[in-house]
Amino acid sequence: MPEVYEVVNGPITCHCWNKDRSKLAICPNNNEVHIYAKKSGKWEVEHILTEHGQRVTGMDWAAESDRLVTCAADRNAYVWIYTGSAWKPTLVILRINRAATVVKWSPKENKFAVGSGARCVSICYFEKENDWWVSKHIKKPIRSTVLSLDWHPNNYLLAVGSTDFKARVFSTYTKEIEEKPDSTCWGKKMPFGQCMAEFTTAGGGWVHCVSFSPSGNKLCWVSHDSSISVVDQSKEQDAVVVSVKHTYLPYLACQFLTESSIVAAGYDCYPVLWNHDDNNKLSFINKLDQSEKKAGGGSMSAMNKFKQLDTKATTTSTDTDLESTHQNSITQIVVYSVSQGSADVFSTIGVDGRVAIWACKSLEAAIAGLKFS
Amino acid sequence: MSKNTRSAEFRKVDVDELDDEQYQDDPEEIADSDDSKVQQREQEIKKLMQSGSKVEALKLALKDPPVQNKDNNVVERNYAVVLDVLTGFSIGKKDKDSMQAGVEALSTDELDSLMKYIYRGFARPTENSCEKLLNWHEAAFAVGGLGSIIRVMSARKSV
Repeated sequence: MPEVYEVVNGPITCHCWNKDRSKLAICPNNNEVHIYAKKSGKWEVEHILTEHGQRVTGMDWAAESDRLVTCAADRNAYVWIYTGSAWKPTLVILRINRAATVVKWSPKENKFAVGSGARCVSICYFEKENDWWVSKHIKKPIRSTVLSLDWHPNNYLLAVGSTDFKARVFSTYTKEIEEKPDSTCWGKKMPFGQCMAEFTTAGGGWVHCVSFSPSGNKLCWVSHDSSISVVDQSKEQDAVVVSVKHTYLPYLACQFLTESSIVAAGYDCYPVLWNHDDNNKLSFINKLDQSEKKAGGGSMSAMNKFKQLDTKATTTSTDTDLESTHQNSITQIVVYSVSQGSADVFSTIGVDGRVAIWACKSLEAAIAGLKFS
Repeated sequence: MSKNTRSAEFRKVDVDELDDEQYQDDPEEIADSDDSKVQQREQEIKKLMQSGSKVEALKLALKDPPVQNKDNNVVERNYAVVLDVLTGFSIGKKDKDSMQAGVEALSTDELDSLMKYIYRGFARPTENSCEKLLNWHEAAFAVGGLGSIIRVMSARKSV
């Protein structure tokens, strides 16, 4: 069963964890960033960062270097460094003329990528000579707002999902700070901004989320036309996109946990497990939220029945709570802990203000026949 | 007050259409239907419906929807053909030519096309189509789920 924390009384826009998961940073749907620390089993606000002028749309915490990067609808991004007592912001010049939507540190934490409504992705790195953060843009061929980003484990390739109904893989090789990349199954030549691959959605819907598998050979994306798609690029010439137009509401977030297990969640308010096997078959495994049915809807006393009939014209329970852990759409899935190369715990946040932490082992125990292969 | 004698035509210009950076859909290579194809299908479907193979007629009617065709007449004609097939089915659940059987014989893409036609029918209700369309919706929803309805709404191309 997931650990659930009701953190705020409204939507949580984005969240991220520090290295040892003792601190949680969230944006409570306004221009502030709240940093929570766990005190005696409960999350309590430790710092409130108010540098942004408008809603903070994305954030990421670099585990090793302990830096926080936040981006907001005010077209700015800040890199925050903890000075022992407070968080000190450093402005990043993004040079965009629309709101930023998502930000992610690269695996080596020497650069980060910011997606925005300006139809470009800004790759930012620290320039030592001038002591500031510099950005380079990837513009072509992105034609609309960037909604999601995911880094390949090699620190060079970046997957971009956008509202022009495409998921793409770009090279972000920045010669100022790093060596030339080795060739991968995504391609040999990787100059900065080169679009290594472009995939479309099955029926034409915004690509809400993209995710690389732990090895970086597979890419998964979910879109608003209620479809989930995976491509296994390690097959190179024979790489074929497999898409499933499913029967549920669209997913807003997806994440590869192992090489073949994908967890997805969205407007249905519960996470689900999909499996992509070696035969390029993508199949739905199970719903991961098996909350106990509320015991309250059982028998009512005769007096209550008539009282209910009088006020609400019904004798059955008028409980409007959903059976799932989250009471509203899930907007983000973040890997919480990794063991032997696969994620075994993940966290979700939603529009209901709850943070839920799901452990794969306990899910396997709770749901009969479930296996995260 | 002096009368405005200058031309005010500029107020009717749609600046969004002239914007260079506006998103244009990629022209897709999909099997589209033109007038001759629709007519051909009409004949075949009439024959199939009369001979009683309603499910085949349904599959044929849903083939190659004219999604990119700019000619409104073709689109209307095609829709009329599909509506004839849909109203030709009976509401009962048990016979082999029921709506349930028809829906189960369709692929995911054909089911999505069917949902698009059903919703188009909801938009313009007529005397004898409403009941049938609602029953079709129930049958299609049982197989396609919420996803098929979402795809009707998020599709860039309408039937």
